[in-house]
Amino acid sequence: MKTKPVLAAITTLALAGALAACSGGDGGGGTDGGGGGGDASNCTNEIKNPDAPVVTLWAWYPNSETVVDNFNEANDDVQVCWTNAGAGGDAYDKFQTAISAGSGAPDVMMVEADRIAVFQAQDALVDLSDLGYEDVKANFSEGAWKDVSVGDGVYGAPIDGGPMGMIYRNDIFAEYGITPPTTWEEFEATAQAVKDAGGPYMASFAANQPAAVTALMYQNGAQPFEYDPANEGEIGINLNSPEVKEVLDYWAGLVEEDLVGTEDQFTPEYIAGVIGGNYATYLSAAWAPGYLQGAGVGEGADEGVWSVAPMPQWDDGNPIAINWGGSAFSVSSQADNPELAAKVAFGVYADQASLDQGWQEQIIFPLNVTVLDSQEFLDYEVPFFDGQQANKDVYVPAANAYEGMVYTPLGQFYYSELTNQVAAIHDGSATGSEAADALQEAVVAYAEEQGFTVTQ
Amino acid sequence: MTATTEAPLSTKRRKSTSARQNLFGWMFVGPFAIIFLAMLVLPIGYALYLSLFQKSLIGGTRFVLFGNYVKAFSDPSFLDGVWFVITFSLVLIPLQMAVSLAIALILDIIVTRFARFSRLMIFMPYAIPTVIGALMWGFLYSDTFGPLAELFGTFGAQAPDFLSRNLIFYGLLNIVTWQWAGYYMIILYAALQGIDPTLYEAARIDGASQWQIVWRIKIPMVAPALLLILVFALIGTLQFFNEPKILQDLAAGSIPNDFTPNMYAYQQAFSLANYNYGATISFALGAVVFICVYIFLFATRKRGSIFS
Repeated sequence: MKTKPVLAAITTLALAGALAACSGGDGGGGTDGGGGGGDASNCTNEIKNPDAPVVTLWAWYPNSETVVDNFNEANDDVQVCWTNAGAGGDAYDKFQTAISAGSGAPDVMMVEADRIAVFQAQDALVDLSDLGYEDVKANFSEGAWKDVSVGDGVYGAPIDGGPMGMIYRNDIFAEYGITPPTTWEEFEATAQAVKDAGGPYMASFAANQPAAVTALMYQNGAQPFEYDPANEGEIGINLNSPEVKEVLDYWAGLVEEDLVGTEDQFTPEYIAGVIGGNYATYLSAAWAPGYLQGAGVGEGADEGVWSVAPMPQWDDGNPIAINWGGSAFSVSSQADNPELAAKVAFGVYADQASLDQGWQEQIIFPLNVTVLDSQEFLDYEVPFFDGQQANKDVYVPAANAYEGMVYTPLGQFYYSELTNQVAAIHDGSATGSEAADALQEAVVAYAEEQGFTVTQ
Repeated sequence: MTATTEAPLSTKRRKSTSARQNLFGWMFVGPFAIIFLAMLVLPIGYALYLSLFQKSLIGGTRFVLFGNYVKAFSDPSFLDGVWFVITFSLVLIPLQMAVSLAIALILDIIVTRFARFSRLMIFMPYAIPTVIGALMWGFLYSDTFGPLAELFGTFGAQAPDFLSRNLIFYGLLNIVTWQWAGYYMIILYAALQGIDPTLYEAARIDGASQWQIVWRIKIPMVAPALLLILVFALIGTLQFFNEPKILQDLAAGSIPNDFTPNMYAYQQAFSLANYNYGATISFALGAVVFICVYIFLFATRKRGSIFS
């Protein structure tokens, strides 16, 4: 009998060890290159000029390999060693681990605009202001630069953006005799009309897309965050402002009336719903057609059923353009040679061949003005939208009018909490206003715990 | 004289032999000891060290002794997670044990080729990696791809969404039971096979029915195996991580990042770059597991089993 508590103690210890190995081990043991991050011998692509110094790159663009090959062929003095470390969250977690460990991060990292402040606050990124920024400044709009800047520092080379529009099923719109709503009021009325006629959901309001929900808040003139690292430790948080509450209450109302779906987006279930015509619209960014096509949407019988219109507005007379997603190349502070890495960050995906492939195959919505301003781009009849000139109609005006958002080091936590609150709206345990208040409370508490002085 | 000189000699010889034996002993233990120290003791020590510091984005890292533990045991995210895994264990473990015991007893009685085939089939889910198992069930629960919608549709009913906030508990319960019942069944089946058949013979001569044999002989005889399963299941369930983490990709709203303590530790360490608090949660969870297992073993200490 005596052996049992001992056995228990041993098993418990072993358990604690397994746990500790999870949390502590990786923190200390990233020196071996952290899954090929800092290791230049482990490239997915082929190095064209073996004598040139190598810069490592993590990116998940679907055409990364072509883009990297284009760069390597054009450059003798530097070569890119590319690895796909996973898309979005997976790659960030790996990068974060490497940053915490102090080694193992790549020299150049693909980062979405909303994560830049998170990594910048940990001194993980290099300020590119003096490393070639001036040379390419004219190639991008002010809003594009604002999204990759924190305070006065520039922490990324903008590549693509995500101006938002209302993608819709023209077959469903024709069937129920409706036209694209231009205001959110009309949007709700249209949704009701479709439902009354026995039609599908108007859209989906997903818990797992906090970046899109944040964009919807901005569209009502909300300014949830104020942040400038120059004022060390100060942050403004206004997540329960009347503008935010109005947006969340509006969507909570649509959920309650059963006018919109609540499924997570980007899941097989959701894509099946999109193909099956379960949603009349998809409020999404310019990169969505590429993604949807990759998932098999818009093929066969569904060909030509998609169109796009500008986003519905809160105030028709004062439209606000919003953005969801889009990425940049940032230089990691672990780069051995930041100048060389900066050259790669600004040079990869900046050549004409790569950009052309990117936009023609709708992999990216480029932010480079040489593309944005070209007549070819404006006039392009997008096959996915049945030949509609989507760039001219919707995306380019939205991209030009976009004023940028404020991102903070709290981004990761904020998204996680926003997901929880949207889920609470879904199951009716919170109204939109209550969700906004709870969100504010949680994010402020986290900010204060992290040592920020919060102004509300 | 001779005796006095011989005595130290023999002890010397004995000493050198025992030293050599010791050396051999250490050589045998060595490989294990090195791995044990490097992979287990050192990381635990390092995690413990980490958990004594507090890291914030502004102000950096500072020593707080047990400050993180005080915070963890008053952190609703951690406490709710602990409460969830405890309630989950309370429902899951009896269910799992009942299922695996019932199957083991049935398979012990039937001796046909079909029984062998069933045994293999029931064990199979355990051979499937948890990640793949969870993904598979994610599809089976799906309204579009899964059979549930059709099944319920034939009766004109709406299929329950096991990935929704209200039903995710049962969705996970089903997955874990499916995955582990076969494994526990094998342990119990082996224990049943180990029982001396003369006991049954004696019981039958005494006029015992099949049910009486099951209740009075078989179950008490496999009680130690049941106890073993219980401890395994308890420790495993309190560390619940894989299945909810996988299903989170399909139901982010139903499975928040602080769903279980291990998921919360993962979020703190790898998403929020707070290794210190992540390590604290790991240790705090370790303490909870230790307490739970200890309480359980204490409650069953006297008779060695709750069933006898």
